[in-house]
Amino acid sequence: MTVPVSWYLALAAALFGIGILGVLSRRNAITMFLSIELMLNSVNLTIVAFARSFGDRAGDMTAVLDGNVLVLMVIAVAAAEAAVGLALFIAVYRGRRSIDVNRLNLMRW
Amino acid sequence: MEMAVFLLFAALALVSSLVVVLHRNPIYAVMSLVVTFVSIAVMFVLLGAPFLAAVQVLVYTGAILVLFLFVIMLLNVSGDSSRGFDLHKALAAVVAAGFALLLLTLFWGRYHGLDLSPLQESDVALKPLARALLDTYLLPFEIVGLLLLAAVTAATVLARRSQDTSS
Repeated sequence: MTVPVSWYLALAAALFGIGILGVLSRRNAITMFLSIELMLNSVNLTIVAFARSFGDRAGDMTAVLDGNVLVLMVIAVAAAEAAVGLALFIAVYRGRRSIDVNRLNLMRW
Repeated sequence: MEMAVFLLFAALALVSSLVVVLHRNPIYAVMSLVVTFVSIAVMFVLLGAPFLAAVQVLVYTGAILVLFLFVIMLLNVSGDSSRGFDLHKALAAVVAAGFALLLLTLFWGRYHGLDLSPLQESDVALKPLARALLDTYLLPFEIVGLLLLAAVTAATVLARRSQDTSS
């Protein structure tokens, strides 16, 4: 039997919640960034599941393809975001010797 | 069969993402996130998007997470400064659980009982996807390429030592 679309959505919602928990509870900037990547991925899963569901009900492939192209764009933007974010962490670490967000309390140094 | 694969990899994704969030050592967190992303790639295959699954494994686990590992080892990041379970973490857990429950009730209320028809061979063909990406959506595709170029330039400038610019 095929898996109902609500199960994929439930999995994505749970992963998104776990990502929120990571962003809110951790103080290490890299772990927070990892949690953000996890949330981005759960959103991708939601987009693919919705696209498949809509394409399935409407009976044409265009909705599925639109969803897949959108997810490809999200993955590319996530790659750009990871590169810039990690470069920022390196720059911050050079000045402060730490990327613990509790210790980053200056606007300039 | 499909249900068994889904349940196995859904459980794997949930457990490994909890390890990402709860483990104190960032290297274990990245390694665990690899498992999560591969499980999500399996979900993409089950949903009839094999190309996305390949991109997920190649770009996310192959490039982005290796970049994370590289930066963690470069910066020699130690563990978290906050230890134990305090009010702040309890509040974070409550907010996260509330948000996840909200999403779950929304999704479950609207989309429960909506069965998908089994995948046909034409559903997973690559040619329509290539046509959509490089024909219908050519302009966004090019703009994303430009964005990647801008991001690479920005990352190079940001990560450069500042002494080099002053001389």
